[in-house]
Amino acid sequence: MATMLARGLGGRIARNEDERLLRGEGMYVDDVETPDAFHVAFVRSPLAHARIRSVDVSAAAAMPGVVRVYTHADLGAHAKPLPLLFPHDDMPYPSTQHPLAVDEVNYVGQTIAMIVAADRYVAEDAAELVEVDYEQLPVVVDYEAAAEGGPLVHDEFPTNVAADSTWRVGDAEAAFATAEVVIRERYVCERSASTPIETRGVVARFDRGTRELTVWDSTQCALPVRSALIAAFGYPEDKLRVIAPDVGGGFGVKGYLLYPEELLVPFAALDLRATVRWTEDRREHFVGSNHQRGQAHTIELAATREGVVTALRDTFLHDQGAYIGYGLITPQIAASHVAGAYRIPNVTVRFLAVYTNKVPVSPMRSVGRPQSNFALERALDRLGRELGIDRIELRRRNLIAPDEFPYPRDGLYFAGYPVVLDSGDYPAQLDAVLEAIGHAGFPEEQARAREEGRHLGLGLACYVEGTGEGPYEGARVFVQPTDGRIHISTGLTSQGQSHATTFAQVVSHELGVAPADVVVVEGDTDAFGFGAGTFGSRAIVNVANAVSLAAAEVREKAIAFAANMLEASADDLELVEGAVRVKGDPASVVTLREIAVAVNPIRYTTLDPSTADIGRFAAAREQPGFGPGDSPALDATAYWAPTSATWAAGAHAAVVEVDEETGFVRFLRYAVAHDCGTMVNPSVVDGQIHGGVALGIANALFERMAYDEEGQLSNASFVEFLMPYASEIPTMTIEHLETPSPLNPLGIKGAGEAGSITGPAVTASAIDDALAHLRIEVKETPIDPARLRELIDAAEA
Amino acid sequence: MTIVRVEVNGVQVEREVEARLLLSDFLRHELGLTGTHVGCEHGVCGACTVLVDGAAARSCLTLAVQCDEASVTTIEGLAQNGELHPVQAAFRESHALQCGFCTPGFVMAVTALLEERRGEILSDGEVREALAGNLCRCTGYQNIVRAVQLAAERLG
Repeated sequence: MATMLARGLGGRIARNEDERLLRGEGMYVDDVETPDAFHVAFVRSPLAHARIRSVDVSAAAAMPGVVRVYTHADLGAHAKPLPLLFPHDDMPYPSTQHPLAVDEVNYVGQTIAMIVAADRYVAEDAAELVEVDYEQLPVVVDYEAAAEGGPLVHDEFPTNVAADSTWRVGDAEAAFATAEVVIRERYVCERSASTPIETRGVVARFDRGTRELTVWDSTQCALPVRSALIAAFGYPEDKLRVIAPDVGGGFGVKGYLLYPEELLVPFAALDLRATVRWTEDRREHFVGSNHQRGQAHTIELAATREGVVTALRDTFLHDQGAYIGYGLITPQIAASHVAGAYRIPNVTVRFLAVYTNKVPVSPMRSVGRPQSNFALERALDRLGRELGIDRIELRRRNLIAPDEFPYPRDGLYFAGYPVVLDSGDYPAQLDAVLEAIGHAGFPEEQARAREEGRHLGLGLACYVEGTGEGPYEGARVFVQPTDGRIHISTGLTSQGQSHATTFAQVVSHELGVAPADVVVVEGDTDAFGFGAGTFGSRAIVNVANAVSLAAAEVREKAIAFAANMLEASADDLELVEGAVRVKGDPASVVTLREIAVAVNPIRYTTLDPSTADIGRFAAAREQPGFGPGDSPALDATAYWAPTSATWAAGAHAAVVEVDEETGFVRFLRYAVAHDCGTMVNPSVVDGQIHGGVALGIANALFERMAYDEEGQLSNASFVEFLMPYASEIPTMTIEHLETPSPLNPLGIKGAGEAGSITGPAVTASAIDDALAHLRIEVKETPIDPARLRELIDAAEA
Repeated sequence: MTIVRVEVNGVQVEREVEARLLLSDFLRHELGLTGTHVGCEHGVCGACTVLVDGAAARSCLTLAVQCDEASVTTIEGLAQNGELHPVQAAFRESHALQCGFCTPGFVMAVTALLEERRGEILSDGEVREALAGNLCRCTGYQNIVRAVQLAAERLG
């Protein structure tokens, strides 16, 4: 169960971010002031599949206020496809889109022309004047039809199947051949999207004096965007700065590299030697920013009559949409998590990534995990029914035991690492969640409700989450040389993950300063030059460890300087509350600020009364003055490069009430048992879980991308896309377990995506239980009232 | 163009605006009050909520000219003498925000709600129903509900 909090971390402190954001002083991309900027609107395809015969921009270009209209032909050296991030041997037919369509469009929303105008109103008006002559082509929307043949999305390829991959652990085929029991079923998850409340946006400013290009981009990955733009434009690295200021939610969709607009808006700024800006509107976000989740799994379990699962086979189709710029990451992550928290020694998982005439797919919070979790956990419930074994008991018989770690799955890969579950206590998680949901008393509660004509059901499911992928992240920790505050800079960005608080807590732990006095700077390529960004539940694992290492080095330096200043032996010193003092002699003390000032030979101490008498101390260095190799700063930079992923895990349970008449599902309560190793700030972890669970419930009951047969997205607004309000989300209880990861000094595992993995499986399990008298089995999400009524009708017929 | 005279956060302003100018654009672009955020421009997400004569209003569905002779309060006008408003303070203490983008809209909506229902003890369910005009993708709403209850308690 819960271990001691590692080295004093774990305070539930308030966030450093909040005061500014609560006063309305946040600065998001659309808030960047640019008095003389031009504004962009895009001409986007109204058709899902068409050949472009011609594009006539003359009327638009002639409109007063229009500065320039760009089509593919105007892009010069940039008239080439956007990058393919992750090529793979199993993907013979990769296709990425051009920034502006060349002679074919493959989804509604694809960018065809860019209007640059004096203001957005004019740009939008001009966009309507662009005449595109289309020859309609056959559309393929359903990915199962696309896989079997159907019209080709890309006629340069012989198939819509971009990739076909198989991973094997052990020998599933042999295990199935000798299995006592085999079950097989198909489980389907619909498309949804990250849907942050802030849409995407790009502001690019070319400074004619310095020739610097500054790009504000609502991205999760400022440094990679800068690298991409430098490579694309051949621009000097020191003249191109990318800033991801406050970003209003990401959830994966803002971590795609690159969207057309991220290249085109800076391109226009360079081309026009001006400031150019674009903010996505909500409809554009629905059709121009990536989706995810659409997968159909056909899963088989082989088991003994006692319910020990001996093998798993899963073949799934992954709806990729029109292009595959992010490679196979999403289906690969689904595949890497397919055996979940269970022993299952033999696994064969095969996936086909299938092109369709829909918005492209790239990672969204939990990335493929919810789909394979839904298939596995649904299949376990089915197996239990088949064998007459209670679903909880069945899980107990298969959960990996605490003494089996590290538990390898040779043949599965997550983020390039072989899958090795590193630590945890899965049975304890199950016990904790059952206790929290009130499992023991539930049968009686259910029976009582049934007497009142109400149908209650209890659902539960377990999950694991690979987190903390590399290749690395770093941090610089330094005591600012004049004002003495502690400063952390990283290569990350922040979209609400509370880095300014949690990283400050890590430094606080090392240097004894108050977290509120620590400044965290990120989302600016000028602040730190190396790193990848904030995605994949990786920020806290990599950067907290880097911060810890850097802070420890600052601490050592501070003690060495203080030893000189206090004329004491370093062994007799301790760092307490931001000051170094002689043990047992608290009056003999020098603050970090004083050390930072003293160590820098060029300083202005006399203007500041608090450092005016710095001369009362001896020199900071043993030798006089400033020698070769000396640094004027109390600072250190460190990196953390993980050798393997850290595997977080948990179990969720819920009690729902199903209205048989309406098909409406209402959550009565929801419980989470969760283990992400050492928690830097449990309130922050709670928040990540709360938001994740809400997304899981959204995927389970509400959200879908309603494409019609022509490939039109018929619910591209918040009016029709049913994102839950507070009234749809239940109160959750969270039980934290804390099994430190052995893979990093702080024992941390990531926590960003765990909450949203298993909501669909839990919800489906609860509905099945509530409607057990009808033998209903939920095999798809979202299970909205209309669909549930259909299942009830079918069961009653 | 039409003249609009409006009191914004206690300051009287007068501007000549196009009749079609949205209140959200007026606040953000004419007055530089960028704390009011725009999330959907069709009145569903609630991020742009401000107070018009004390009542919560969607500034993306309101024209600036409709506010002639009215009093508008935005998130920037809520703190008094530098001190966070009790609703803002409760949000901070309850970890009721993450990315902060929807937050100003929630805070303004909650401020209006608690003004309207002053003295009432609001159940979890009542708070959730009352908040069902504002979308948040980060928090799962739980800590927002707690913040509302905390602020209600303090406002009495």
